[in-house]
Amino acid sequence: MTNWTPEQPIISIHNVRKSFGVVEVLKGVSMDIMKGEVICIIGPSGSGKSTLIRCINALNDIQGGSITVEGQEVHDDDLDRLELRKKVGMVFQQYNLFPHKSALENVMMAPIKVLNEDRAEVETRARALLKKVRLEGKEDNYPGELSGGQQQRVAIARSLAMRPDVMLFDEVTAALDPETVKEVLVTIKDLAAEGMTCILVTHEMGFAREVADHIYFTDKGVIVEHGSPSEFFDHASDPRTQEFLSQIL
Amino acid sequence: MGSNSIPGVSSAPRSDLAVLKPFTPAGHAYDEMFLLRWLASVPPQVIVLLLLIWPAAAFAQSGVYGMPDAFAALWRWIPFLTLQGFVFNVVISIFAMLIGTLAGAALGLGQISNRIWLRRLAWGITQLFRNAPWLVILFIVLLAFPFEINVFGFIIPVPAWMKAVIGLSLPIMANISEIVRGAVMSVPSAQWEAAESLSFSRTQTLWQIILPQCFKRMIPPWMNWYAILTMATPLCSLLGVGEIITFSRQAMEAENNRPELLVPFFGYALALFFAYCYPIARFTIALEKRFAVKL
Repeated sequence: MTNWTPEQPIISIHNVRKSFGVVEVLKGVSMDIMKGEVICIIGPSGSGKSTLIRCINALNDIQGGSITVEGQEVHDDDLDRLELRKKVGMVFQQYNLFPHKSALENVMMAPIKVLNEDRAEVETRARALLKKVRLEGKEDNYPGELSGGQQQRVAIARSLAMRPDVMLFDEVTAALDPETVKEVLVTIKDLAAEGMTCILVTHEMGFAREVADHIYFTDKGVIVEHGSPSEFFDHASDPRTQEFLSQIL
Repeated sequence: MGSNSIPGVSSAPRSDLAVLKPFTPAGHAYDEMFLLRWLASVPPQVIVLLLLIWPAAAFAQSGVYGMPDAFAALWRWIPFLTLQGFVFNVVISIFAMLIGTLAGAALGLGQISNRIWLRRLAWGITQLFRNAPWLVILFIVLLAFPFEINVFGFIIPVPAWMKAVIGLSLPIMANISEIVRGAVMSVPSAQWEAAESLSFSRTQTLWQIILPQCFKRMIPPWMNWYAILTMATPLCSLLGVGEIITFSRQAMEAENNRPELLVPFFGYALALFFAYCYPIARFTIALEKRFAVKL
């Protein structure tokens, strides 16, 4: 194992480059994230936000630089990806629940099949998690019977059931109606309050300002500016950031 | 109606700008359920009509004197043709389907393997047997397979019907392989990613997440191929396998090969195949509709 200690960044991204064919989407991105921090990555579409967090759990490979999670290099050929993904949970924009399984089974599946944990124990935990995301009573519903916001909360519970150290949220409210956005954001806020390390790609500026410890603004594959929410929203120095903020605020 | 009736208002778009019209492809897209969909669309009244055409055609061929004799001859042979002949067609189709499905499922999974040599090999076998003429495959199997196999001194005979089963199962295997591949491909790749991010291995993802989702949608095209296979079983008569067409020809020879026997005897075979496949078609289309509602 590596000699990572909690005082060091839990995720360290250094000069990461990523191309799809000839298109370079990430042109040298660096950031350090400490345990328990909540990071929001914002920026115009196509700026590489989603690609960046997909690289963190190796759903995308990178062409240069390095990403370490708890001191472990992610893009090392010898890396056990399954071990990495046990530490890093991910929630997607389109929820991606397993449609043939009920909400409860969706949450229970990975701990039972992947971690080989005891079924009864996992079920207790899964029920508690569904309660935590305020879905008590929906355990036996199938994804098709749940609203977008409910499905997304099941997806969060499903990720949490693996007891990850870090949670990645990839525009998790982008596909929801305005009314249901709030219920998902409340869930994420609870998580952040409990000390879960969270990395969010989001367009919810109000939410970012409220929960984030640190905000990164990306544009055209580079980090243009970063800082605490108040620094970022009130005293943005870069013209690109100012322009972006003036358009959406 | 509506806007057309209001003076000065037309429902037709009026613009000098280029308008992108909705895309309507010429003809029909390829439908993997072509046979059963057509069969199931035959209304029951038409069947009654066809049953009337059958003796009428026989009458037109043989005239009023020959026809009752010909049907009387058919009546004598019906138990033999049905119980010895058609039942055997069904037996051949079931065995060929069983072997074809098992081999086809394995081949289909080979086509989506992440080992490139296995993928290429499975693809090649699939294309070969999917596109080769069935009769040619049947003859090759008939001539290439030994008529008996010697296993540790035990002589196991391989009768012609067993070779026919193997011969027919090969194109079925190739088509089932395509059904499996197509069904797996039809599951959105986001499901693979979601499973991957939950630490499922590739094999676990395939067996526990992807295949359970697409199992249902494989059933209707699978039944379509069963119907095609059943209707292809008369090909075995060319190998001398005793099935309904072989026996029909033998029966007609026993009845002195009178030409007026042709329409009653082959018409009977046709009616039997229809009677067997029609309910399968209706059932499959109903099943497809039921599966379509639930995602």
